Amino acid sequence: MIPELGHFALIMAFVLSIALFLIPLAGSFVSNSGAMHLADSLAVGVFVFIAISFGCLSHAFLTDDFSVRLVSSHSNSLLPPMYKLSAVWGNHEGSLLLWLLILSGWMVCVAISCRSLPLVFSARVLSILGGISTGFLSFSLFTSNPYERLLPSIPTDGADLNPLLQDIGLIIHPPILYMGYVGFAVPFAFALSALMQGRLDAAWARWSRPWTNIAWGFLTLGIMLGSWWAYYELGWGGWWFWDPVENASFMPWLAGTALVHSLAVTEKRGLFKSWTVLLAIFTFSLSLLGTFLVRSGVLTSVHAFASDPSRGLFILIFLFLVVGGSLCLYAFRAPAVASRIGFNLASRESLLLFNNVIFLVASLTILFGTLFPLFMDVLGKGKYSVGPPYFNIVFLPLMALLIPFMGLGPIARWKEDRIRSWQEQLSTPAIAVIICSLVFPLMGKDSFNLWIALSILFAGWILIGLLRSLFDRLRGIRSITTLVGRLTPSYIGMFLAHCGFAVSLLGIVVTQQNSQEYDLKMLPGDSKTLSGYTFLFAGVRTVNGPNFLAEEAIFEVTTEGKLVSTLLPQKRRYLSSNSIMTEAGIDAGFWRDLYVAMGEPVGSEGAWAIRLHYKPMVRWIWLGAIFIGFGGIFTAFDKRYRYRYENLVTNESNEDRKFAAAP
Amino acid sequence: MNQMKIESLQPRLRLFIPLVLFTLIAVFLFRALSLNPASIPSAMIGRSLPEFELPVLENERLTNNADLFGRSILINVWATWCAACVIEHPFLMRLADSGIPIYGVNYKDQVVGARKWLSDYGDPYVSNIIDQHGKLGFDLGVYGAPETFFVDANGIIQYRHVGIINEDIWTSKLANLFNGLEEGVK
Repeated sequence: MIPELGHFALIMAFVLSIALFLIPLAGSFVSNSGAMHLADSLAVGVFVFIAISFGCLSHAFLTDDFSVRLVSSHSNSLLPPMYKLSAVWGNHEGSLLLWLLILSGWMVCVAISCRSLPLVFSARVLSILGGISTGFLSFSLFTSNPYERLLPSIPTDGADLNPLLQDIGLIIHPPILYMGYVGFAVPFAFALSALMQGRLDAAWARWSRPWTNIAWGFLTLGIMLGSWWAYYELGWGGWWFWDPVENASFMPWLAGTALVHSLAVTEKRGLFKSWTVLLAIFTFSLSLLGTFLVRSGVLTSVHAFASDPSRGLFILIFLFLVVGGSLCLYAFRAPAVASRIGFNLASRESLLLFNNVIFLVASLTILFGTLFPLFMDVLGKGKYSVGPPYFNIVFLPLMALLIPFMGLGPIARWKEDRIRSWQEQLSTPAIAVIICSLVFPLMGKDSFNLWIALSILFAGWILIGLLRSLFDRLRGIRSITTLVGRLTPSYIGMFLAHCGFAVSLLGIVVTQQNSQEYDLKMLPGDSKTLSGYTFLFAGVRTVNGPNFLAEEAIFEVTTEGKLVSTLLPQKRRYLSSNSIMTEAGIDAGFWRDLYVAMGEPVGSEGAWAIRLHYKPMVRWIWLGAIFIGFGGIFTAFDKRYRYRYENLVTNESNEDRKFAAAP
Repeated sequence: MNQMKIESLQPRLRLFIPLVLFTLIAVFLFRALSLNPASIPSAMIGRSLPEFELPVLENERLTNNADLFGRSILINVWATWCAACVIEHPFLMRLADSGIPIYGVNYKDQVVGARKWLSDYGDPYVSNIIDQHGKLGFDLGVYGAPETFFVDANGIIQYRHVGIINEDIWTSKLANLFNGLEEGVK
């Protein structure tokens, strides 16, 4: 009964969502304020019914209702309750429902916080979001119904959740990632609404900025969680694979990064309007394209959901309507004439423009690499696969190109600045950074490594730009109130995010350069030393988990005679699916990770194939990403997003100039 | 007058560029839907067998890629969890009887189950490499089981077949390929 209730709620949400799409939009063109006012309550209605539906599906999973096909094929009575819940989104149909839940959640947030916006504008924003949710609701109802029943022969138990997904990382990764993916629908809707009105101004940019930054922050955190999960769960110690599905989430991130920066220019200076709108459309299009790639089966990937061409066709048609429609609107309504506001070559505008070009080129090259095999196949030119070498070759130089300018960004002034003043501010610290980059690599145990020196130079360059801008902001401050006034959330967020970039950069390079890895056959009692850590294989014992049996190896890791940690890697056999999983034993640390994974038993004397890793500074990669993500989210708390919804291209833009670096 | 119109039209036309590009991509994506991604051959073709050092199912000794060199062979990726492998299996037995050396890669599987499987259904393999973590499979670019790699005597991968090998496919296509391997070396 409850699954039928969920199905019914989904249909209700679909009906309301059609109404949300059509009524306020029509009302906005005939100036019927009653119709436009309906948008808020319809949005709430869609959310409530989707939430009921999601609740019903969760209930079916938690109560082991194996008559529902989805439950019987993705859950099991032995599964711990936590994983029963996460199994709801561990499959195509359920994750689509999660997608919808989050989209409608965003809709409600928009409805609540946009009450002070002009009615025509907010009604159109909500109705565009309603259009998107209509598309995905019909996708769910017509091609991927989560409530399909297996009647009359109900299975006695379920097939179990893929053991790879039975993990804390996979409980939180999809919701956070979707918050970002789906969140880009909001700036998209804002952009379309502004286009319809023909009013692309600083006010529009200010309204969409907090939404964009929050979505982007969540996407960053989501990608970071995915990478962290792959590191400890897949058991081969890597953290990024340039897999098509990873790329599908990374492309919107890159486009979103460009959008976040270009919105800053549009808000502060009223420039780059058409460009910013196009980026908003592009970013959301890439999110939709990612959905298409993951769910249609046109690309093969370790992450891909079970593929089905009819689903692929459905998403493609939807993609075509949404992206094609919005690009049409863009072509007809975007201002064709370049803005008359000028800026110098040496100015923050130029630096941000450069940032935009880099990130756009980066996302296009990854798009190209991801779709290239598909294109060649369609053209009948043979089958290709594009792997990490391509992506590394195009992506890393682009990022290296970005960094010299990234260091200047925080201290540069709007409109016009002088290169000489940059020199004055940064040349002394730059020398210090160069010295550090030469000295630090020599302090470790390893010999001098050029790449590590370079990464310290780059990270240091980013940091001195940031610290200099902080110094300028804090200079001459006498009271707490001025301190708070100057350290605005948007500044702190930027500071954090840029720091995070530097931290990740260091982590990536050092891990890549100095990791050590051994595959060995070890008998209990054997030991192996790498990078000063002695791994003693003490023995193997049997452990019973809730739904698995495991052989657990005991590794005592010592350095200079002191016990560092006892690592307990496991070889698990999941009872219901009989699949074998490797659970790595990891001692995480700020400066290094020690990582042990068990292979298979070798020979009759109790020997095992063992994989040992020493990974320096690998945590920095994710630590940096956390900084970036929270930095992005934090900027949205700036009070200028809350109170002033007037249209000001603003004298305030020059507030920054006051702080930035006037000697 | 006319010229002025064109001039004011041009910037507007530029704004259509994204739409045109997107339409092109959409056409490709539409065509791609009807393709089968599983038929993507390996990027490994023409390259040497990836290096590995893994235990053998029969006696648990470590083996490496050099042990396989010296004659043309098939490397068949299989697992007990793979339903299609059961279907493919009788034909592999016949190939083995006709003297074609087949090495197995027991992919992401359990040793005990795999041994039992071979004793239940018969063993067409010269020997089996235990690839419990899928490391070798990852290096080979394996998407799933069954997959079969055609490797010549120099250890160069010449062809990859995704999916079941049966009588039809073997006689119509794969037999020639395998014979070609032998001749290529001579």
